[in-house]
Amino acid sequence: MTELIVLAGGFLAAAVRVATPLLLAATGETIAERAGVLNLGLEGMMLAGALAATLGATAGGPWAGVAAAVAAGMLLALLFAAVAVGARANQIIAGTAISLGAIGLTGMVYRQAYGVAGAGLDVPTLAALSVPVLSDIPLVGPGFFRQPAPTYMALAALPLVWWLLFRTRAGLALRATGESARLARAAGVRPRLVRTLATVAGGGFAGLAGATLVLAQVGTFAERMTAGRGYVAIAIVVLGRWHPVGVAVASLLFGAATALQYLFQTLGLEVPYQLFLMLPYALTLLALAGAVGRVRAPADLARD
Amino acid sequence: MAVAAVLLGLLALAVGLRLAGYDAGAALAALWRGSFGGWYAITSATLVRAVPLTVIGLGIALAFRAGAFNIGAEGQFYAGAIAATWIGLRVATLPPPLAVAATTAGAAVAGALWVGLPVLLRLRYGVTEVISTLVLNFVAEALVSLMVQGPLQEAQGIYPQSDMIAPAARLPLLPGTRLHAGLPIALVGAVGLWYLFTRTLWGFRLRAVGAGPRAARISGRIDAERVAAAALLGSGAIAGLAGGIEVTGVSYALFQNLSPGYGFTAIAVALLARLHPRGVVAAGVLFGALEAGAGAMQRDAGVPAVAVYLVEAVVILVAILAARGHRGGAEELA
Repeated sequence: MTELIVLAGGFLAAAVRVATPLLLAATGETIAERAGVLNLGLEGMMLAGALAATLGATAGGPWAGVAAAVAAGMLLALLFAAVAVGARANQIIAGTAISLGAIGLTGMVYRQAYGVAGAGLDVPTLAALSVPVLSDIPLVGPGFFRQPAPTYMALAALPLVWWLLFRTRAGLALRATGESARLARAAGVRPRLVRTLATVAGGGFAGLAGATLVLAQVGTFAERMTAGRGYVAIAIVVLGRWHPVGVAVASLLFGAATALQYLFQTLGLEVPYQLFLMLPYALTLLALAGAVGRVRAPADLARD
Repeated sequence: MAVAAVLLGLLALAVGLRLAGYDAGAALAALWRGSFGGWYAITSATLVRAVPLTVIGLGIALAFRAGAFNIGAEGQFYAGAIAATWIGLRVATLPPPLAVAATTAGAAVAGALWVGLPVLLRLRYGVTEVISTLVLNFVAEALVSLMVQGPLQEAQGIYPQSDMIAPAARLPLLPGTRLHAGLPIALVGAVGLWYLFTRTLWGFRLRAVGAGPRAARISGRIDAERVAAAALLGSGAIAGLAGGIEVTGVSYALFQNLSPGYGFTAIAVALLARLHPRGVVAAGVLFGALEAGAGAMQRDAGVPAVAVYLVEAVVILVAILAARGHRGGAEELA
C-alpha cells in the first residue's frame, strides 16, 4: 500500500514537473489569444528563453537567468507583434517564421558562447523548494509542494491572470479586442496596443517556460531543446478552453501523459506508451469539435 | 521581391555570423561548396533535398491559395512515409513500375486521410485547420515512433526503424548519384498545378475563394468551404506523396526524424514563390541548397547547421511584409 502511494506520488511529481513549462507557456498564450493573437512563435520564444536562461545563469546565477529569459521572450514577442500586429502581416506565417528563426539564432549563439563541447552541466540551477509540512503530505506533497520555484510561479500566476482577464477593466478591453477589434475600437480601446501588450506579456511567460526547462529540469541548453513544447502549449490553450483553470488542468493532463511512460519504465511494463502520448492530442481535437464541454475561440483570433 | 528576400536572408546570416564572432566568409564559402560546388553536391545533396521541399511546397501553395492554412504538412508527410513503408515491404513480387506506383499512391492516400479529420472538423464544426493540422503533426510523430518500435520494426527487433523496402518499390537513381526519380515527379507536379491554377475553372474558383469570401460570392455561386476542403485534401495528398517519395527514393526505410522539418520549411518555399508553381520549383532548389550547404557549413566552418533557419525566417518575414498591402485572404500572400 505505502509502495503504491510512493509510486503514485512520484508519478504525480513527474507529471507536475513536465506540466510546469507547458502551463507557463500556455498561460501566456491564453492572454495573447484572448486578445486575438494566435502566436505560433511561442516555440521560438521558449527556445530563446532557454538560451537566455543558460547565458544569464552562467553569468549571474539562476535568477539572473530567469530575468534574461523573460526579457528574451518579450523581445522576440515584440518583434512578432511588430510584424503580425503592427504591420498586420498574417499571424500564422509570421509566428512560424519567428519559431524557425529562433532555432537558427539560438543554435549560432550557443555554439559561439560555449564551443562544440556545449555548456555542460555547470549552469547554476534552481533547486527544489520544499514547503514545510505540506510537502510531507502523502501522494500530493512531492508533486505540488516540493518543486523548483517556477512551478510555484506558474501556480501563483493562475489566479492573477484569471483576475486580470475577468475582473478588471483592462481585462475586459483585452477580451473585447479578441472578440471584435472593430467594436473594441469603437468603444475607445486601442486594439493594436492591447494586442501588442498581450503578445509581449505572453512572450515573457514563454521565456520563463524556457528558463524552467534549463534551470529546473535539464540543467543545460541543447539545440532545439524545446522540441515542440511551444506548439503543445497552443493545443493546451484550446483544450483548456481559453481559461486559466482549464489551461492548468489541460497542462497537467499533458504532463501526466508524458509521465506515464516513466511510470511504465519503472514498472517494467511493455505498453506502447506512444498511445498515451497521443491521447491529449486526441482530446484537443475533440475539444475543438465541441465534444469536451462548450468551447469557443475568441471570435477575432488570428484576424485583424 | 523573391531575390531581394533571399539576399536579405543571406545578409542576415552573414551579419549574424559576424556578430556572433564566426568567420562569415568561410561559412558562406562552405555553404556554397556543399550545395552548388560540384556535380555530386548539386545532384546528391541539393536536388535530393529540393525534391521533398518542392513537392510539399506545391501542396502548401494549393492550400494557401484557397486561404486554408495547412500547418500539418509534416504530419501528412509522415503519414505518407508510414504507408509507403508498409506497402513497400509487401510488393517484392510485383514488377517494379507497379510496385513503385502502388507504394507512392498509397502514400498520397494516407496523406489525404491524415488531413481528412481537420477537413471534417472544419466543414462540420467550423474548426480552424491551423490548430487541428498542427496538433496532428505530433500524433503523426508519435505514430511513427509506435510503428518503428512495433508493427513495422525491423525483423531482429533491435533498432527503432523498419526493414528496407523491397528493391522493386525503390525509385530509379541517376547513375553515380543519389538523385532519384522524385525530381521528374516534382516537375510534372509543378506543371500540373500550374495548369490547374491558370487553365481550369477549378483554379479560378480557388483564386476567388483565396481572395476572400466576398470575392467568391461576387464571382458567382462558389461554395467556398467545399473549395477550401478540396484544396486541403489535395494538399495533404501531395505532402503524403512527398513522404512516399522520400521512403522509395532516399531512405528505403522508416525511422523517426526522417524529415528535418521539411513540412515547415516548405511553408517558406511556397511563400517565397508567392504560391506560383514555377516559383515553388526554384524556391525548392534554393532551400534544398541551403539545407545541403548547412551540413558543409557545420563540418568545415564550425557553424551549426541550424543557422540556415535564420535565413528561412528572414525570407518568410520579408516575403509577407512585402506582400502586405493587398488585403484579403491568401491573395495577400500571392
